[in-house]
Amino acid sequence: MRSWTALGVFVALVAFVTLLGFFASRWRRGDLTQLAEWGLGGRRFGSVIVWFLLGGDLYTAYTFIAVPALMFGAGAPGFFAVPYTILVYPLMFAVFPRLWSVARAKGYVTAADFVRGRFGSDTLALAVAVTGIVATMPYIALQLVGIEVVLEGLGIHGEWPLIIAFAALAAYTYTSGLRAPAMIAVVKDMLIYVTVIVAVIVIPEQLGGYGKIFASVPPPKLLLAPATAGNLGAQSAYATLALGSALALFLYPHAITGVLSSSSREVIRRNAVALPAYSIALGLIALLGTMAIAAGVHAMPEFAAGFKAFGANYAVPALFLHAFPAWFVGVAFAAIAIGALVPAAIMSIACANLFTRNIYRAYFRPVCTPAHESQVAKIVSLIVKAGALVFVIALPSQYAIELQLLGGILIIQTLPSVLLGLYTRWLHPYALLIGWLTGIASGVAMWANLGFTKTTYALELFGVTIPCYAALSSLILNIAISVALSFVLNAVAETRADTTAADDYA
Amino acid sequence: MKGFRPVHLLLIVPLIAMLWVPSYNRADPEIAGVPFFYWYQLLWIPLGSLLLALVYWAEARASRKTK
Repeated sequence: MRSWTALGVFVALVAFVTLLGFFASRWRRGDLTQLAEWGLGGRRFGSVIVWFLLGGDLYTAYTFIAVPALMFGAGAPGFFAVPYTILVYPLMFAVFPRLWSVARAKGYVTAADFVRGRFGSDTLALAVAVTGIVATMPYIALQLVGIEVVLEGLGIHGEWPLIIAFAALAAYTYTSGLRAPAMIAVVKDMLIYVTVIVAVIVIPEQLGGYGKIFASVPPPKLLLAPATAGNLGAQSAYATLALGSALALFLYPHAITGVLSSSSREVIRRNAVALPAYSIALGLIALLGTMAIAAGVHAMPEFAAGFKAFGANYAVPALFLHAFPAWFVGVAFAAIAIGALVPAAIMSIACANLFTRNIYRAYFRPVCTPAHESQVAKIVSLIVKAGALVFVIALPSQYAIELQLLGGILIIQTLPSVLLGLYTRWLHPYALLIGWLTGIASGVAMWANLGFTKTTYALELFGVTIPCYAALSSLILNIAISVALSFVLNAVAETRADTTAADDYA
Repeated sequence: MKGFRPVHLLLIVPLIAMLWVPSYNRADPEIAGVPFFYWYQLLWIPLGSLLLALVYWAEARASRKTK
């Protein structure tokens, strides 16, 4: 089933943002041969641009597909995305201005730069950098899965449109750096808001109101299963998923890149106040999964192929195709596809920054000119995107989804070095390193034990079963070990110098 | 901790509200057909933002006074 109207609107919008991406290199023109210019937009973005940039960066296309898919498939547990995004902002408000200040004072471009300066350990910085890159790669691949889903909805098969879209993305990221996604994010976010507002008004109207929508949800899926004697059940899974995801989010390289591109620490704090507007959009998008249940798209023969290929991830595209006129389907699908390009660009830039600063310069070319450094980062951003593209085309999308679940477990292990490091350097770098390793080993073991498809691992404590997000339980182990070993190591070993001063954080 | 003010305790309020899942894991009261579980959590998005805004303003005032 192919609608030329929907396809035409879709292609026109995607082509428009591609032009915008190339044009972005001229915007607030800077010397793009400097890494902080190419990879952080020169740290000159004000409150409004950062709002669009971080909104476009954190609320990815895949989120807009996967969260309602979870609501569609599992019901209430999928709504954890809402408390998750509520918990994120107090953390951003309280902690990240400190990271911005010290990065500005010392010229840091990545979290690993900070860890190296703070703890004087190249090895710990390498661990943080590698964790960031490994956790982000499947996340980029997932953005491509998001594009694949809407292409399926448009009746386009084959890999060539995906390759074209990504080649264009790679080209303008190369030439414009972080300025490109910042500019495109403005268009993307407006399209998303329009789509969401129309969807939550028009679709409930068609389905007979919210009362009927929720009445169509099977009762066991409407709420979380209550706790029983000896098992906290779905409620503890829900709370730990929200908390663990919130703690992990701002450790991701693409989030840190967005934060560091701000022009002042006030920009970060104002955005912690203003970014929840996106959470409202996300909460409403989550409800689209519930609407898809009520609309009965799953049983409609015209969507059978899509559900077969993408499972519950096809719920939102199917709902849009069912409820919207063709031209608006084009707008909505373009919003999702462009919503994939923005974070994919920022993620590849963030990985490139990490590789260049903390692997290439630290280990291969200690003395390198700023221009050379920036050139390496540009090339790495191409390689990262090509890798993600090959990954998605060559392997089933299930692998990208499962690896992204692991990504959260991995990235959260950098919390003691990065977040706690902003407040204290009492923790010994080797203790942090061993804590990091233990956290990763235990997290991966739990994930493998769950068959790679789930992340809530049931812990047995004092005879009570507590289903807990593996990222959170492995992080607690990581912190416990880091603290315990620091007591020992601080007593016997010397630590290396801290190159940051207390004033750098203010 | 340096720079700590009592107003910063407001930042913990959303944390308690959201992690105390049994307090909102129920269907009633509904609003316009939406069960409590859903609208209550959606309501906390603007509430959380408002609390951050209060802290922001309180700090801005405090820093003006000290200058």
